[in-house]
Formats: sequence, structure tokens, C-alpha cells
Amino acid sequence: MKTFLKSVSYLGLALSIVPSLLVFAGRLSMETNLNLMAVGMVLWFATAVFWIKRDQGL
Amino acid sequence: MSQPTPAPTLVERLDALYEYDREPVAPNKLHGGKTFIAMFAGEHVAGTEFVLGPLLVIHGVSATDALGGLLLGNVLAVLSWALMCAPIAVRERLTVYWQIRKIAGPYLTVFYSAAFAVTLCLLAGAMVNVSTTAIAHPFGIESPNYAAGEYFPSAPWIAVAVVIGSVIAMLAVLGFDRIAHFSKICAPWMPLIFLAGAFGALPILGVSDLASFWEAAQTKIWTGVPATGESKYGFWSCVGLAWLCNVSQHMGMGDVTIFRFAKKWQYGFASAFGMFIGHYFAWIASGILCAAFIVTQKAAGVDQPNVNPGNIAWLGAGWAGLVCVVLAGWTTANPTLYRAGLAFQTATPNWSRWRVTLIAGAVMIFTACIPAVNFFLDRIVAYYGLFFMPLGAFIFIDYWVFPRIGLQKYFAEKRRLTASWPAAVGWFGSFGIGFVLFAKDNYAAFGGVNAWLPKWLADYRADFFMQVLPAWILAVVLYTVCSFVQQKFTAKSAA
Repeated sequence: MKTFLKSVSYLGLALSIVPSLLVFAGRLSMETNLNLMAVGMVLWFATAVFWIKRDQGL
Repeated sequence: MSQPTPAPTLVERLDALYEYDREPVAPNKLHGGKTFIAMFAGEHVAGTEFVLGPLLVIHGVSATDALGGLLLGNVLAVLSWALMCAPIAVRERLTVYWQIRKIAGPYLTVFYSAAFAVTLCLLAGAMVNVSTTAIAHPFGIESPNYAAGEYFPSAPWIAVAVVIGSVIAMLAVLGFDRIAHFSKICAPWMPLIFLAGAFGALPILGVSDLASFWEAAQTKIWTGVPATGESKYGFWSCVGLAWLCNVSQHMGMGDVTIFRFAKKWQYGFASAFGMFIGHYFAWIASGILCAAFIVTQKAAGVDQPNVNPGNIAWLGAGWAGLVCVVLAGWTTANPTLYRAGLAFQTATPNWSRWRVTLIAGAVMIFTACIPAVNFFLDRIVAYYGLFFMPLGAFIFIDYWVFPRIGLQKYFAEKRRLTASWPAAVGWFGSFGIGFVLFAKDNYAAFGGVNAWLPKWLADYRADFFMQVLPAWILAVVLYTVCSFVQQKFTAKSAA
């Protein structure tokens, strides 16, 4: 389960950055990029909260 | 009949508040390097990065100034953490509160805590302001454009700021453990949004490959020409701002509180992860977003574009950008307000934590509604750093130099002094002199000072952000000379 959650989280991070590189390269529209970034954000926050541990505190 | 217990003094209350960390950290509580890398990488990508990057663009730095100056300034900041702050932290393993108390005495420490609390409220307010620009955006509420003369926000904007500030204040009352966890979750995502926003905005500036970046950087982003009515910043301003930005934590020794948990002093270099992600790439990215926003607005016929975090993040990253601005402001405002409440609590002994934190929250919300705070954020950050830095300079000199020149370290503690006058002279003297040397050429009220100064000093033109070095030297000289007088005089009277 944790592996699955992590995979989805990393997909979310990838969707946050890769589309903008494609915009830069002229291969994707800005509008699609912004939508994909929003999807990436949802994927990241919906899954990372379950596997990123709390700090022990300094 | 029993005697009534006398009310504790202010100093006793302050000591009690920090009692739990009076003892040096035990060896089994020490942390490895990864903890510090994660902490710095997470804490130094704040909402205010969306303000400081654009300010460099507006103040007309050139591309070389921005990229080279910020590089050098951040290297100096990392070296200050690694070579000045961390080594003392791992040797003494005490918080900055107890370090200052040892050299300056309890009264000056109380003053330091109170002044620090007020400053933290200002900074938390700046972060609420940043978050408000993002939340106001989708509601169609325009944020005030200070550059265009809008000195007060609209009523709906104030309402949004009050709601955001109230939520932050209530969460701070509840403690910030959960917020700290949430900040940790945000940490890997937020820098990517800055980066993605910049890459997405580059085509607006006509950049289609890396080769064309440098030309656009020089002619469209960091043009070297300040916006109308703004002062000009140069290479040394960039160096100074990057160095000064967290000076109260490194040269000011605030982070001995953190590094006292480090196994090795070399973990001070972990600060590079915070500086180069937050204060180098994020400032460059937000500068690019700012330039792209100005280009699109001018193309649309807007004479004075309203550059604010919400607007520039929306342009480059859409909804993800707005959420990033809100979270970047919120996750840093919350612990800042919590710490401010903790510091304020010392002056209000019978008040509960929640009441003190809510009052600190009210100050924060009031500050958030002053657009000038973010417009002059670079200067506020610099004043804050310059004001608190001298105490760190004293800790450094007291620890490393005093024993070598025949002076006692921790003299105030050994003699049970309530306030160390050498520390007071060094602190207020260095800040005051540094301020006047800058103000004489920049504030009309101080224009007459030059007539009283020797020519070489009247001719001296201080770069505001580069005052960190002369201020440190001045603080150290004043403190050392005064300590010499104090200790020799005390020794003579004892004999």
C-alpha cells in the first residue's frame, strides 16, 4: 500500500514540473500545463500525508 | 500564619519559560545531518520569497548582479552558519536565550525577547499579506498596488486578511505540531512550483531555449533599470540582502537553538539546502515570474502592473501557484506567530498562552493590512537582521577571543550582573552608528549629519544591505573595548 501511495505521490510531483518543461520547449500549451499542475498538486497532497512521517522535533 | 509568596519578577518568569532547555542537550537527543537538511530545505521556502525576488527586479538589479550577487551572498550566509553558529552550538549545546543571558545579563535578554516578539509579529503579518493576495485573487478582490499609490487595502481584502489571520492565530493557539508535519509535506512540492512557474513563464519573455535565456535575463528580467521612483540596487545590494536575510539566525546566533542538537558542527553546511533552494532558485524564479507578469500587463495596456504574489503565481502556475502562495505564507506564519506568543508571554504572567497568542495574532493581522510592509520587506528584513545581529557577534567574540586576550568569558553570568553595559553599548551603539551612516545620505531628517562628520566619514556612502560587515566589526570593537574597561576596572576595585 505504501509503495502504491509513494508512486502516486511521485507522479504528482512529476506532473507539477514536467509539463512546464514541455511548455518551455514549445510542446504543450500553457493552459494544459496549469491543469496538469493542479492535478499533480491534488495527487501529491492526497497521498503524501499518509507516508511522510512526523518529525521527532528538535 | 504563612507569608504570602512574592510575585515572581519578570526575569524569573522568563527563566521559568525557558527552564526546560536550560541544560545542555543530552547525547542521546542528538540528530544526524539529514534532519538539518530537511529542516533547512523546508523552512526557507516561504511566502515572502514571492516578494523578495520581484523587489530585486523592481529595484533594477542587472542579471549579473542578481545571479552573481545572490550566489555570493548565499555562500556567505552558509559559511556564517557553518563556521560561526554551528561550532559554538555543538560545544555549548544551549539555546540562544541562555547564550545571550550569559553575556548580556537577564534585563537585556528580556528586552531582546520582547523586541524579537514584535519583529516576529511583523514578519508573520507579511506572510499573511502574501497568503491574502492569493486567496483574494479567485474572488476577484484586487490586492492593493502600493507602487501605484494604493496605501490602504479595500474592505473585502481586509476581510479576507482577517479570516486568514484568525485561522493562523487559532492554529497557533492549538500548537503547531500538525502544522510542522504539514510543512514537511509541502517541502518537496513548493520549490517545484516555483521552478515550474518560472519555466512556464519564460516563453512569455521570448525565451525558447537556454541560449536565449541570458539575453532575456539582461534585457527583460534584470534590466539594470529600476521602476519609476524606485532606488537602484546593485551587485553588493544582492550580496548583502542574501547574507542579511537570515543574519539573526547565523551571525546573530539564533540557530544555536537548532544546532545544539547536531552531532557535528559540519551540519551547519546543511543550511546550503535552504539558501540555494529558497533564497537563490526561488528568488530567481519569482523574479522571472515578476518580469513575465509586467510584460503581459504592459502588453494589455496596464501602465502600472500590480506585482504581488497572488498575481505572479497565477500567471505561471495557476491554481497550484495560488495554493503554493497560500501554503508558503501559512506554514511559515504559523510557527512565527507561535514563537512570538511564547516571547510575549513573559511580559504577561497571569495571562494564558491562548490569550497572548491571540493578541500577537491581532498585531499580525493589523500588520498584514499595511501594504507598505511587503513593499519595503527587504528593508524591514535588513533592519531586523542588523538590530539583532550584534548579540550574536558578542557570543562569538566572547567564546573564541576573550580567553585569548586575557578577558573572562560569560562575565555577566559569573558576576551575576542584571545587565552588561558593554553589551548594551555594543548593541545599541553599533546599530545606531550604522543607521546614522546610512540615514545621513538617504533620509532628509538626517541630512545635516554630514556637516558634523570628518570629511572621510561624510564621503562614506553606505550600501544599506552591505552594512552587515561594518556593523559586525563595530559591535565587536565596542563590546571588546568596553569589556576590557569593565573587567580591568572591576578587578582593580576588587583588589
